[in-house]
Amino acid sequence: MWRHILKRLAQAIPLTWGILTITFFISHMAPGDPMDMYMEEQRQRQVDPEIIELLRQKYGLDLPIHVQYVRWLGNVIKGDFGESFRYRRPVLDLIAERIPYTLQLTLLALLFSTSLGIIIGIVSAVKQYSALDKGVTLGSLIIYSIPGFWLALMLVLVFSVYLGWLPTSQTRSMDYEFFSLGEKIFDRIWHLILPVFVLGLGSAAYKARYVRNRLLEVLNEEYILSARARGLKEKMVIFKHALRNAMIPLVTILGLHLPALLSGSVLIESIFAWPGMGTLAVGAVGGRDYPVMMATLMISAILTIVGNLLADITYVALDPRVSYEKKKPV
Amino acid sequence: MSHWIQEYRMKRKNRFKKLILFGAFVLPGSGHLLFKKNVKLGIHLMTGTAALILLVIFRWYRIIGTFESKAFDHWLAVLFIILSWSAMVFISVKHTYELLIDKIKKPRIKTPLVLASRRFRENKLAVISLYVICFFYLIAVLAPFLATHDPSAIDNVLETRYQSPSWEHPFGTDEYGRDLYSRALYGARVSLSVGFMAVVIAITIGTFYGSIAGYFGGFIDNIMMRFVDVFIAFPTFFLLLMLVGVFEASIVAMILILGLTSWPGTARFIRGEVLSLKEKQFTEAARAIGLPHRTIIFRHLIPNGISPVLVSAAMMVSSMIYYEAGLSFLGIGIRPPTPTWGNMMSAGRDALLVAWWVALFPGGILAATMLSFNLLADGLRDAFDPKVLMRRFL
Repeated sequence: MWRHILKRLAQAIPLTWGILTITFFISHMAPGDPMDMYMEEQRQRQVDPEIIELLRQKYGLDLPIHVQYVRWLGNVIKGDFGESFRYRRPVLDLIAERIPYTLQLTLLALLFSTSLGIIIGIVSAVKQYSALDKGVTLGSLIIYSIPGFWLALMLVLVFSVYLGWLPTSQTRSMDYEFFSLGEKIFDRIWHLILPVFVLGLGSAAYKARYVRNRLLEVLNEEYILSARARGLKEKMVIFKHALRNAMIPLVTILGLHLPALLSGSVLIESIFAWPGMGTLAVGAVGGRDYPVMMATLMISAILTIVGNLLADITYVALDPRVSYEKKKPV
Repeated sequence: MSHWIQEYRMKRKNRFKKLILFGAFVLPGSGHLLFKKNVKLGIHLMTGTAALILLVIFRWYRIIGTFESKAFDHWLAVLFIILSWSAMVFISVKHTYELLIDKIKKPRIKTPLVLASRRFRENKLAVISLYVICFFYLIAVLAPFLATHDPSAIDNVLETRYQSPSWEHPFGTDEYGRDLYSRALYGARVSLSVGFMAVVIAITIGTFYGSIAGYFGGFIDNIMMRFVDVFIAFPTFFLLLMLVGVFEASIVAMILILGLTSWPGTARFIRGEVLSLKEKQFTEAARAIGLPHRTIIFRHLIPNGISPVLVSAAMMVSSMIYYEAGLSFLGIGIRPPTPTWGNMMSAGRDALLVAWWVALFPGGILAATMLSFNLLADGLRDAFDPKVLMRRFL
């Protein structure tokens, strides 16, 4: 098992290098260099060309591209992502501030979508071909197709604007500082409900379908037949025998859904004014803040890799049938 | 004496035939209904013609106006009307003629494609969604004639802004008093064309790339697929944000950006197909008779492995439309003067407290479009491969 984990880790390293490289080259595909863009954005056209030249030298933009690349790579490995044009602060600090919010949102959405997906999946698999099952199958496709940001707007409209039950945006209330601890926790949760629900709903629908199909497959296996033949209760058969085996591949699906959740979080964060990486990235695009754009892209990709790695390791740990040398079926 | 009668009868019969053919020409589909053969097609042709006639009657002045204007989209719409009408007439007359002379139809050979299309037609939801998609594309092409108002006309904002839905403005008006229904029609063009074109690009690149990697295997495959792995690791939306930030997002740039970032999924997918197909005997036979690699890949492997790619293409259109709308919603995709569903919703977000309809309708249409494409993909999947329950496409 340890060998397998080491192997996976070794595979992740070139992947990370690839991500860094692609990020660098995308940012350098732009016509002109960041300094041009920056000057244009700042409306500082009347700046002395000599000063611009000096700034170029300071940021190393006058060097040939491969030298810039190696330098940049060295800096990134040392954890130096440069300085934001807009905030005038190290990018790493900015990201470190924002990332807990994004993780909070995505991980809760992951938890929510998985639990909801499993429950609905089980119900609809157990009552296969019933009206409920058909409704769930079609309903999950409909929910999966609804764009999250639109759903978020509509839910805000109904629950925040008309009913006033939930807050429209932000992570906490205005008078958060004056709350007691219990109220603080409640306030946070209260603000999390809508974003987590919207973010998780689409992937819950997908997971429900997946769990249903997986469970139906497993229910056809012979060990289920033997379990039933032994006279076990149906509950026992489903929860103890079928479900455990059906759940294992779901771990891989969780890993695969992480990029989708991160993607979705960009829009959801922007709607709920959530101070996460998504809003940071959107703001950076608006202001042509190259260092921040590059850093958010890299970090989101690295988060994905880490997520997949974790999913992979969990998969091996959960399923003793997978011999670590063999390729695992996907 | 008797041959005269025969001649007379022939003449009468011929005249009758001509009459029927003329009927089929004037009113496409009448022949089908008269002979009670292929009635479904007949009804389709008739409703199609009726819709076109209604459109021409109600929008006569605008259509005539086209010939004086230089608006490209008007010309396109007129061309579309003429082409679709003549296609319907052609089909109608041809079929009616074949029915008149009792042409014996060749029985259809049950190729996999025929069987698949039969299975597809049995799936009602998928067929309906196909109709809906065709309907949306029709709307997109005919937008200049279907719109009730100019999508960007602004007059007397104070009086016309934020009017709730009414007969005059079915979807209401926005902050500048523009008719949202007309804007939604024009927005359909952006979304649908971006979705379709981006998927065409992605599928083409992905298919070539994946089949080459899968076919040659070994070292080449390893290198090529590592590259794909790197691409897939990027969360799509962050990658798109970066690219949109680097390049200015016009419609063309949007198509290219979306197309060029979404091919790796297809590549990985078709590589898997090719890997299994290349072990099959027909590939071995093709190799044994000395066909070049090019022929084996393009004539044998890709045609056999393409059907799941088509399924994923339908799903990809839905996600491309979503990404485009999402970027425009954030205000960094296609910018406001051009109406898109995304930036209409963005305006709707700002107006959420005063005018719910601004965000509701574009998003609803967007959801309906995405749902149709997903249902279509579902139907295609069942049609192509009834055994497969659920595959991984994300």
